[in-house]
Amino acid sequence: MRKDKPCVLKVEDITMQFGGVVAVNNFSMEEYEGEIVAIIGPNGAGKTTAFNVITGVYAPTNGRVSFNGERVIENFPRGKMKKAYLGQNAGKYTGHLEPTPDKLTALGMARTFQNIRLWKSMTVFDNVLIAKHLKRTSNLFSATFGANRVEEQMQREEADALLETVGLADVRDELATSLPYGKQRRLEIARALATEPKLLLLDEPAAGMNPQETVELTKFIGEIRDQFHVSILLIEHHMDLVMDISERIYVLDFGSMIASGTPAEIQTNEKVIDAYLGVTDDA
Amino acid sequence: MKQVNASQSSKKSSWISFLITLAFLALVFCLDQIIKPTNKMYMLLTVLQKGSVYALAAVSMNLLNGYTGLFSLGHAGFMLIGAYTYAIFTIPSSARDTVYQYFDAAIRVSFPEVLSNMMGPAGTALGVLAAVILAGLMAAFFAYLIGLPVLRLKSDYLAIATLGFAEIIRAMFQWQKLGPITNGSNLLKSFARTSKFKLEVGDTKLVLSTFVPVLIATASIFIIVKLVNSTYGRAFKAIRDDEVAAEAMGINLAKHKMISFTVSSFFAGVSGAMMAMVLSIAQASNFKSAMTYEILLMVVLGGIGSISGSVIGSLLFVAASEWWLRGLDSGTFLGINAPGVFRNGFRLVVFSIIIMIVVLFFRKGIMGEKEISDLFRARKKKARGAAQ
Amino acid sequence: MAKTILPYIISGISVGGQYALIAIGYTMVYGILRLINFAHGDVFMVAGLMMVYMAAALPLYIAIPLMIILTVFLGFMIERVAYRPLRTAPRMSVMISAIGVSYLIQNLALYITGGLNKNYPAIPWISDRVTVFGMETSRVTIITPFLTIILVVALVQLINHTKIGMAMRAVSLNFETSQLMGIRINNVISATFIIGTFLAAVGSMLFFTNYPGVVPTSGAMPGLKAFVAAVFGGIGSIPGAVIGAFIIGIAESLIKGLDTILIVHGTITEQIGFATFSDAFTFVLLIIVLVFKPTGLFGEKTTDKV
Repeated sequence: MRKDKPCVLKVEDITMQFGGVVAVNNFSMEEYEGEIVAIIGPNGAGKTTAFNVITGVYAPTNGRVSFNGERVIENFPRGKMKKAYLGQNAGKYTGHLEPTPDKLTALGMARTFQNIRLWKSMTVFDNVLIAKHLKRTSNLFSATFGANRVEEQMQREEADALLETVGLADVRDELATSLPYGKQRRLEIARALATEPKLLLLDEPAAGMNPQETVELTKFIGEIRDQFHVSILLIEHHMDLVMDISERIYVLDFGSMIASGTPAEIQTNEKVIDAYLGVTDDA
Repeated sequence: MKQVNASQSSKKSSWISFLITLAFLALVFCLDQIIKPTNKMYMLLTVLQKGSVYALAAVSMNLLNGYTGLFSLGHAGFMLIGAYTYAIFTIPSSARDTVYQYFDAAIRVSFPEVLSNMMGPAGTALGVLAAVILAGLMAAFFAYLIGLPVLRLKSDYLAIATLGFAEIIRAMFQWQKLGPITNGSNLLKSFARTSKFKLEVGDTKLVLSTFVPVLIATASIFIIVKLVNSTYGRAFKAIRDDEVAAEAMGINLAKHKMISFTVSSFFAGVSGAMMAMVLSIAQASNFKSAMTYEILLMVVLGGIGSISGSVIGSLLFVAASEWWLRGLDSGTFLGINAPGVFRNGFRLVVFSIIIMIVVLFFRKGIMGEKEISDLFRARKKKARGAAQ
Repeated sequence: MAKTILPYIISGISVGGQYALIAIGYTMVYGILRLINFAHGDVFMVAGLMMVYMAAALPLYIAIPLMIILTVFLGFMIERVAYRPLRTAPRMSVMISAIGVSYLIQNLALYITGGLNKNYPAIPWISDRVTVFGMETSRVTIITPFLTIILVVALVQLINHTKIGMAMRAVSLNFETSQLMGIRINNVISATFIIGTFLAAVGSMLFFTNYPGVVPTSGAMPGLKAFVAAVFGGIGSIPGAVIGAFIIGIAESLIKGLDTILIVHGTITEQIGFATFSDAFTFVLLIIVLVFKPTGLFGEKTTDKV
């Protein structure tokens, strides 16, 4: 753990309840600058839900998220949820902050998706360039009437430079969806990097990849962290990848965190082994 | 190197497009002088006048439906606001009381009149321009108010809600209680209209009846093209392709949808004003949802997501329905004389069948998502490829 | 007071019943295809026109069933020709196709009728004048709500207790999965269109009997209002559509009479012109529902998966 570094992401007691189903239960975690942290767990453990809460897609039912020391998301059971709430720590939080995902991206969070979501009708270059829209200083009028030519040119150059760094320069003018799967994943990461994030969230980046591609990706993620000075939070099923690159791991099962620690600790943790392999009732 | 080439070629092709546009404007100006209303070819001018109205309407709808992926059917409502705003602010004071027969007109300002009193003949033109811009602003303002609640809705719900608002606007403008402003359900007339647009240079009178609407439409479409190719236009396309990804990449959905909606409505308002000046009347009952559907079909005909497509689509639509297929309604078509079949309404039937064929079998329309300037570029690329 | 309002309420219930019969077609098609069938209102108009032409040439006992059969055939064919080829296309394309069909039908009707108002034939018994609660009205006004309810109950039985009904419910829950389970999607969709247009055909008889005649645009407004009724009740829900339709029918009728009612009551002394808003009101209601409860009164909530 890099406790000497500032804390990038702090998640406190997040609970996400849909109707009567608690998808994430009282989940807390921390990530420090420059770390690679993984959230793992069996299917349906609530990993992606936790991700969606952190990135602002869902407002949590209860809990708080701080980013770079600033409180960005906070909620408590309100309205109908007041009675229906099944989680813990009710009453601990009293604030109400529910930013849309774009606000969090503007603060420096960027993500990829489990099922790749590139902009289908656009080229590789445009996919990256659009992510630069966030960084514009031009307004509607200056952009329309071409008064932002310098900025536009700069953004185009930055997008090209980024494509060069991630090794997609040769497919710059191809349609994004015509790329092979592995490159589409890479492009999605490049697009997220174009927003100049401090924290990069990868939702199953190796899903659907073959072992060869997974090895390349593992290397790629490490490189990104060093080159772009980002912290990385990822959800993954490929244990090789997770154990290889993450410094710390949080394990979720049925919405609750059952373990956290270094890869070595997690590999020997009884609870984790039970969660993955299953445990018989009489054991 | 490759990128530099690409941007150079795009710059070149946009220059070519710009020159072609200028040549076209000059041609229209000349035609305006040559073709007299008695001439058989006068139909061409009528088509250009109405065509430019619909071309702008279609392009502005395409900005919303084709580029931002917001399926809105409120266009007729915004055009109505534009038409009325323009009409109300250009009725000369001498004609006002005859127009507002049953009401005491509340708005007693005529832009062309006020400005021409101040600055002479140029003031008239400026007054017309001011009224056109105000027409767009009013439409955009209403769009902003309507957009606040409805832009959160998804696809077909948005379509039906905007359709509903267009109907509400139409009812409002026909309401007797607003008669002092809108003249109730009666029509507005006698305002500044294209048939009177002339330029006097010494003794020669230059006719501008077709040139003015074509110029306004061209300038407006030019601005829309600029917008679509800017960073904002790219953000719109991102929203169209994948809303969730766009939001995750920091594009504020509410804000960008609102920008697209109000800009689209601004130009819908301008096209409404143009419609008023071309038709010489403004009446709320003309702006039914059927008008929105027709504009939508023009967009589809030209290709959703192509601005040149919308222009071509609407010009073809107007030319076919106003001119080429006229014979289908009046007994003789292509030399075939069959008054029993070729009677009133047959034109529209043939026309709607053609449209259904496009919708079902040529879903991309005439241009797909391409622009005319892309065609120059493609040809050049091919030529370069052949040379290597 | 009550005496001034009552006639408006009665006619509102009647109009509501007619809207309900059209609304079911919208709600069922939307439930299964997620498509606003813009042509549905025009099919309703065509049913009216066919009745006009056939009643002139044939005795009513042949004209009525024939009209219903032909209308159903039209609805079936529209789906076959204009919607089925676009099954895998984006939703926007199908909606545009529906608008295109609506445009075609209206233009065709304009050509055939020459744009003239066609007088709707008087159907014996239901067009007769009767006196209820001291007010005179045609019998159709009285029987419409009852007939509507009978038809809706029959339809609900069909959907809940027959094989095709079960298939419809399955398809509306999940299109792809039903296909995998061996349900013949195309048959289910055809059946939906057949039922929807049958009810619209019956509705057209009740509706046009109370109106002076049929013009090519006669279907557009009732169609839109019926659609709003379907959204109001929660799209996909049949009871929702029926209740929505009655509410809209009554509200619309009351607004039409609001000036008169208020003048009789003494609240106002001159006409305000609320009647101008009788159509617009429907859309105000629509927008209120969409903004505050997009799922309607009886609709189910769905969440998007990221």
